[in-house]
Order: sequence, then C-alpha cells, then structure tokens
Amino acid sequence: MWEYAPAPESRDIANLKPNYRMFIDGQFVEGAGEPLKTVNPGTEEVLAEVSTAAPADVDKAVKAARRAYDRVWGRMPGSERAKYIFRIARLIQERGRELAVLESLDNGKPIKESRDVDVPTAAAHFFYHAGWADKLGYAGYGPDPRPLGVAGQVIPWNFPLMMAAWKIAPALACGNTVVLKPAETTPLTALVLAEIIQQADLPPGVVNILAGAGDVGAAVTSHPDVDKVAFTGSTEVGKIIQRQLAGTGRKLTLELGGKAANIVFDDAPLDQAVEGIVNGIFFNQGHVCCAGSRLLVQESVADELLEKLHARVSTLRVGDPLDKNTDVGAINSREQLTKIQQLVETGDAEGAERWTSACPLPDKGFYFAPTVFSNVSQAMRIAREEIFGPVLSVLTFRTPDEAVAKANNTPYGLSAGIWTEKGSRILWAAQKMRAGVVWANTFNRFDPTAPFGGYQESGFGREGGRTGLEAYLDV
Amino acid sequence: MSDRISVAKTYKLYIGGAFPRSESGRSYPVVDAKGTFLANAAQGSRKDARDAVTVARKAFPGWSGATAYNRGQVLYRVAEVLEGRREQFIAEVAAAEGVAVKKAQSLVDTAIDRWVWYAGWTDKVATVLGGSNPVAGPYFSFSLPEPTGVVAVLAPQQSSLLGLISVVAPVIATGNTAVVVSSQDRPLPAVTLSEVLATSDLPGGVVNVLTGRTAEIAPWLASHADVNALDLTGAPESTRADLERSAAGTVKRVLRARPSEDFTREPDLARLRAFLETKTVWHPMGV
Amino acid sequence: MAAPTTSPSLPPALADAVRDDASLRRFLHGLPGVDQVGVEQRAAGLGTRSIKKASKMWAIDTAISMVDLTTLEGADTHGKVRSLAAKARRPDPERADVPKVAAVCVYPDMVETAVKELEGTGINIASVATAFPSGRSSLKVKLEDTAYAVDAGATEIDMVIDRGAFLSGRFGQVFDEIVQVKHACGDAHLKVILETGELATYDNVRRASWLGLLAGGDFIKTSTGKVSPAATLPVTHVMLQAVRDWHAQTGQRRGVKPAGGIRTTKDAIKYLVAVHEVAGPEWLTADLFRFGASTLLNDLLMQRRTQLEGHYSGPDYVTVD
Repeated sequence: MWEYAPAPESRDIANLKPNYRMFIDGQFVEGAGEPLKTVNPGTEEVLAEVSTAAPADVDKAVKAARRAYDRVWGRMPGSERAKYIFRIARLIQERGRELAVLESLDNGKPIKESRDVDVPTAAAHFFYHAGWADKLGYAGYGPDPRPLGVAGQVIPWNFPLMMAAWKIAPALACGNTVVLKPAETTPLTALVLAEIIQQADLPPGVVNILAGAGDVGAAVTSHPDVDKVAFTGSTEVGKIIQRQLAGTGRKLTLELGGKAANIVFDDAPLDQAVEGIVNGIFFNQGHVCCAGSRLLVQESVADELLEKLHARVSTLRVGDPLDKNTDVGAINSREQLTKIQQLVETGDAEGAERWTSACPLPDKGFYFAPTVFSNVSQAMRIAREEIFGPVLSVLTFRTPDEAVAKANNTPYGLSAGIWTEKGSRILWAAQKMRAGVVWANTFNRFDPTAPFGGYQESGFGREGGRTGLEAYLDV
Repeated sequence: MSDRISVAKTYKLYIGGAFPRSESGRSYPVVDAKGTFLANAAQGSRKDARDAVTVARKAFPGWSGATAYNRGQVLYRVAEVLEGRREQFIAEVAAAEGVAVKKAQSLVDTAIDRWVWYAGWTDKVATVLGGSNPVAGPYFSFSLPEPTGVVAVLAPQQSSLLGLISVVAPVIATGNTAVVVSSQDRPLPAVTLSEVLATSDLPGGVVNVLTGRTAEIAPWLASHADVNALDLTGAPESTRADLERSAAGTVKRVLRARPSEDFTREPDLARLRAFLETKTVWHPMGV
Repeated sequence: MAAPTTSPSLPPALADAVRDDASLRRFLHGLPGVDQVGVEQRAAGLGTRSIKKASKMWAIDTAISMVDLTTLEGADTHGKVRSLAAKARRPDPERADVPKVAAVCVYPDMVETAVKELEGTGINIASVATAFPSGRSSLKVKLEDTAYAVDAGATEIDMVIDRGAFLSGRFGQVFDEIVQVKHACGDAHLKVILETGELATYDNVRRASWLGLLAGGDFIKTSTGKVSPAATLPVTHVMLQAVRDWHAQTGQRRGVKPAGGIRTTKDAIKYLVAVHEVAGPEWLTADLFRFGASTLLNDLLMQRRTQLEGHYSGPDYVTVD
C-alpha cells in the first residue's frame, strides 16, 4: 500500500499573534466585552485571544461608520472609491498564503480549499466590485443611484474571509460604510483583513470590524443608526433579524440555510456526477449553505451510482486541515459536531441505511467521517433539516416530474444540481427548480459576476453581479 | 330622469375566477365621499383569504410557465376590456374618491395606460434584468428573473383604481399570482376590475380580489406559509410593523409602503423587481 | 465480426455487446458520457497532491519499475538499442538497488537485438507493430508485422488501432483487427494504442477503451508518442475509469499505459496518484501500469539521488543512453 507522507503547510506562515483586537475608526482597539478564545478545530488548542465588543463598542463603530459616510466615503467620487477597493484586492493576493493558512487554522477547512477557493474568491470579489464603483449609473438602477449609508453585516463561520469579501466589497463600491461582525469561532481572517484595509489606507471608519458572539451581532443588526443590514447564517436567526427590522424601514438582505437537491438522471455522465456529488456535500466538510445534501438519483442507475460513490468517498482523506493532501478537514466546533452527530442518529432511528467511510480520523480535534445515508425518504429529518456537515442523504425517483417535485418539496430554495447529458432536459429542470442557483453538470461554483442567493426561506437579495448591487443602493 | 328602476349590482369577492360571497356571509355598506350609500360589499374573512391563496398557488405554475408573449397578450386584452368599461370606472372613481368627473377621467385614463405599460414589460423584463455572467472558468452562466410565487397585495386605501392597478399589474406581469385586498372604504372599482379580469383571458386564480377590512384579513395573509411575498402599500400604518414581523415567519419578501406614493407619476422598475427572484444557472463548456 | 478469443467468460451484458456490429455500436454509445470540464478539474485536483519523503521515494522506485524504456526513431540502430538495453538493466550504475525497468520498447526489426541484450534479466521486450504509428496498411501486413516481432522474441506487442475506422464509426472493424492481432500475439501481451490525440473527445476515449478491452487487449495505451497531444492526465483518468469499471463487471484487471510527454518525476507521481485514487492501489504494479517514456527515467534517477543524498542532483550524474 502507498501511504502519502504528511505534507503540512507551515503554520508559521499565518503570523499568528497571541492577541487580536477589533478595528474601529481606523484603529485597532480593545473592546469592553469579555475576550474570547478562538480554537483550532483541527487540534482543539487555543489559537489566540480576541477582544470583543460591548454595546458601547458597537455604538462607537456605528458612529465611526456614520462619520466616515457623511464626511468622506458617501461623497467621494466612485472613481476614487474604486482605487481603494482595487488596493484591497491586490493586498489580499499578496498576503494570500498567510490568509489561507490562518483560515485553515481558525476554521478547520483543508488548506487546499482555503488556498484555491476562499482566498482567491475573496480577492476576486474586491477586484470585481472595485470596477463597479464608478459605473453604478450603468447598472440599471437609474442614472445616479445613491448609497444607503451605514451597513451592518454579520457573517458565518463557514467561509470567514470570503463572506467578509462578499459583504464588504459591494457595500464599499456602492458608497456605503461598514460595520462587520465575523463569527465567534472564526474572527481571525476578518481581523487580518482589517490590517489590509489599514494598509490600503482607507479613510478611518469606512470599514469597522468587531468581534464577539451572537449578542454583538444582534447589537449590530438592531442598531438604530444602521441603514442596511446584511446577514448570512441560519434561517432561524435570519427570521429573528427580519422581525427585529420590521417597521424600521431599514433595508435587509438575508442569505440563509438550504437543503439542496442534487438530481442525477439515468443518462448522466456518471463519473463526473460522482465528483459533483462529492464536491457538493464534502466540500468544506459540508459546512455550505448551498451544499448538495439531498441526492436524488433515478432508480435505474441508483445502485451503480451508489457503488461508485462509496468507492470514491472512501478515497477522501480526512484529517489535519494544514496537510496539503487533506480533502475533508475539521468540523468547525464541538457544538457543530454534536449537532451533526445528533442529526445522524435520527437518520439511524428513522430507518435510513447508513454508510460511513472507513477513513482513519485524528485522535484530537473535531472530525466526522464522510457519511452517506441511503433509503432515505422525504419525511425523515435528515432529508428535511440542514445538517451542515459531511452527511449525504440519498433518495430515488422514477420520472423527471417526480424528481422536480421532490427537489422542490422544502421550505428552502438556495441551490440545486442537475446531472444529465440531454440539453433540453437540463434547461427544463433548471427552469422547474425553485432555487436561486442551479448547477447543471457541475456543483458549488462561485464567481463575483454570478448572482447568488435564495428563494423562500433561504433568504432574499442577491450577492454578486449587477443584481447584487441592489442590496446596497437606495433603489 | 327615467322612471325605470335600475338593476343594482351585488358586489362580491373574486376568487379563482368565480364571484362568491364571503363564506362568512358578511357584508358591509360602502358609501361615497359624501356619505351616501352606494352598495354593500362582501366582507372577506380569513377563510376567504385562505381559499384565495389556495387558488393563487394552483394558478401559479400555469401563469408563470406561460410564455412572456402570452402573458403580454393577456394583459393587453385586459386593457382593451378596461377601455370598454371606461365610463363605469369614471363614475365609480368619482363616487369613491370624491373627485370631479374630469379628474376621475384622468385617473382612469392613466390607470388604463399604466396597465398597457406593464403589459409591455412581460417579455422585456428578463432581458433588462437578466443576462449572462462572465465567470472566470469554462462555464456558461446566466441569470434570469423569475416570479417569486404567490404575492399578497394590500392595495392602496386612497387611490381606488389607479393605485390598485399600479400595484397589481407589476405583480402579475412578472408571472406571480396575486391575492389582493382592495381599498377598504373604496372597494367598488376593485370589484369592477375583477369583472374585467374575469372577462379577459386571464386564467382564474391569477388575480383574486378580497373586499373587507384590511386590518382583519392582512394578518392571515402575512402569516400564511404558502404566501411568498407581501406588498404593504395599503396596510394601515399602525399594522405595518406587525405584518412585517408576521411575514418574517416564512422569510417573505416584503415591499414596504412608501410614504404618500403618488400613483399619477410614471413608475420605475422597483415594483417589477420587488417580486422577482434571480436564478443563476451554470453549465460547463466542453466537447 | 470475429468472436473474441480471449474473454470466453464475459458476463452476459458484455458478451451481448460484441455479438454483432450493431450491438457493439449500441453498447459503446450507451456508455455514460464524459464531461470534459469535470474530468479535467478532477485530474487537476488530484495533481495538487503533495507527495513527500518516504511516499515520494516509494513512488520514484515504483515509477522506475513501470517504465517501458522506449526508442522509436527512424534513426534507431542496433547500437542505440544495445545501450538502451544496458540502461534498462542497470538504470543507475552507481546504485545497484535501483529497480530495473519493466520493458524496453522498440520497432520490430530491433527486437532480436533487444532480446539478445536482455536475456535472463526478466525485462520484457515490447515491440510496436501493426504499421505503427499510423496503422494505415492492410490487416495482412499488420498481422505479419505482429508475427515478425513475436517470432523475434517480443513478449509484448504495442499495436495501434485504426483511428480512421473508429472515427467513421466502423467499430466492428476495429474490434476484429484487435482480436486478430491478439491471436497473432500468442503468449505475448497485447497493448492497444488508442492514439487519444486523434480521437479528439473524452467520449471517444472511453468508447475506444472499452473497445480495446472487449477485444481482449491486456493493456490500453494512450498514444504512439508521434501525435500531439500524447498522454494527458485527464485522458489517462478516463482510461483508468474504464479498467476499474471493467474489473467491476468481469473481475479481471487490465492495464493502462500512458505514453509520450511524461518527462518529469513530478508528472509521473501525478499519474501514480491517479492510478492510486481512480483505479485503486491494486493497479500500482508494473503488471497493470506502465509509462511509455525515454527521458523520464533519467529524471526519476536524478530525483532519487536528490532524495537519498539530501541535495539537488544534476544531469551529469545520470547516464545518457
């Protein structure tokens, strides 16, 4: 047998510091909140202590953002804003390796993903939106669309830097200023992004980055002087925020959960479908709101596909996020691991057939072996609830109509996958999907030019593309 | 004055292409601007609202799946029939809103023209709001606007026809189906519009019109899990925040009321965009 | 269509596939398609595996043992073949522990020389045949070409398929030729060269792979080395899927040989990773995987020295033959 020797990326590259501070009004400052300890989910060791915000700090950040909006950023010509945003894009590229290693340390995702997906996509978002800053009049929202003011943004832990980019870049391009709160378990790359913003010499207060748990997020989203709220996270919290903002007139966009169907028709390119299924549910440990967590496979190819899938999933290497050969890294937190375990137990209890990869798992850290449930029915919790982990539920269908009906039978509607070689069937199925992103013969592709966002309880508003600008303009 | 006794109309609800009375058996008197009795209107209930949502959902696949050209023709047909009822609308608007006949003429004409304007949008909105995304990779990616589903519309309280048409037309032009709660005190033009819709080629269930107490019906629509979006334009101010909170229960899209919206002004695309989703599709390019 | 002589125990579905021309066409066109972007992405993804230390040393030695050391030039001479054979026997004269290569690969008229030089070494003698590289001759000539090489002592025959016939849809004809060449091989192993650079699509590569396997090829091989592109990772990927699926259906393991264009250790290791993760670890043997290469061997030797000596080596420290 050929065992790959460990090939770890050096953690020194992350320039990890013992303490991280919040970024308010152009300065790194201590918050008055209880400092939090951020943990490496791959090893369970504490990485750093991070200062967090008390309500007064949130207030300070919003005030700074308001000042920056009124005095500088809101009135700066788009062409000047553009140059600042381009600078950020370049600085992210320059410090790409550092950011990738830091992201894998803090989040637990494999280095090959932080290196090849998260960081490049983050840079691309800034680069793309920089170009919009002086062209907003051509975006289809009237000749001179105005910014909204101060944007309060709260992001999740699954793509910490990339989500920060998705939020900050369009806000700045449209002329808003920002108060951003990264997730409690993954604050580090956002705070390094703050360093980058400082290096780019953005005027103080244009971007403010806080740290803390849900209470800080709630303080940001409910702050009366915030004009626009953008939230990515669970549907549960999204509803709370929507309720909070009811009657305030503040603009809101939500990017929430999902339970995407990945439909494989009998004429699919099966080997690539297997790759797409694997990428759809095991990418980023399945911590993806648009993960293809429900596999709908046509009965006539179900056995063959499942066999290929098991074989392929068995080759996934689970372990040290910093190892360049790791395919599936660590679950982001013990809490999330427990949640996954609990949902998987309901799958067992409700009679689904569980298959788990025999891959070895590290002794320390939060890991969960890739798991595939077959004989799943729509009524089971594992087919309805977002597991947000490396767990796939396999259902079958007989006819295209049945596939569509099952795919759409969920209150969510973020994404969907279609696998078939027949062009007309692709377009038919894509049209029938009640989902904001449809990947045909591919899965989990992201690009700043392509609008992303959900139907129904997966949220509203889009990120990316011309359409995404609407969220940050007063139109 | 003729000696003939005129045939008075019974004003009913419009649900699924039919004109039922309220299941509650209730009605309420409608008076003109001077307080003179005009008619009894049906006082819709939460069950009427529920029934309307059911038929609106049932009508959604057909209406959203119809070609944009077909939707355009159907809507244009509605304008043709509206034009034929011009005199009736003028009389009803004048009575309801207490404006002079000349003003009422202008409001009705603008309303009909507004309908024609939206009829023309059905097959242009995808071109204007959609497009291809030049992604960095061997994929073709495109984004299309798609209707969000069943939209509950609380029609403006003041502008009984122009306002009504200005909020209903964009909802259905983009392929949504609608459950409309008409102006509470000025519902008669809405019922007459229903009769126009019923005699045009609009499939039953695409537009459903409830008359009655807005504050009574709206909460049931705002919390209904099978309603995708909510237009708060005609919601009484004191109820708006509560309705929005209710709507959050299933993450509905909410179009908030704009302070004293002037419906005589030429609209922008905001109402067309409000109830559209963007769907992005990706496919690899290869041999 | 001739009946295949080498796979008497095909499962019914596959036996049915080769019943006549029409069934063969139906079968090949019924294979699942290959999505170009998907397979290229997967191949590129596997290419990012980082093979270090002991696993790298193992890979280098395994790769050396899989090399079909090749010379296929109009300018070949007996002298050239003799020195190639010497290299095959002892790839690194200063290091006796270097494994010997799997085979030398020459034109038919050089087989006799190679046999003489390699007697008793266990190194196979591979010969290209069947009007290599174009395959544009009569079946009679191709069979005689094969017999000539086998009679001279070749233990492995690398034949080319008739790409013209394949591209014009005459699958039965291609199948028959392979069956007959296989027959002419006797005990010699048959590698079927698909010349994937001329097949143009991955769908065709998959069909040709199955055609080669159904007709009894012991190996399917990417290229002659005379057409660009020669071997690529994604093409090899598709062929590895074919032998994996063949095994799943028949229980038999058949081999894959990428040839042409693989020059560096880094490349070779990417191929081994693909073998490991696509076909499976059972394929990591010279019986089931080969590299058709000439310059690759020296790079492998150089990297082997680097691994052992702890500093970078140079081309003057390996022999040029």
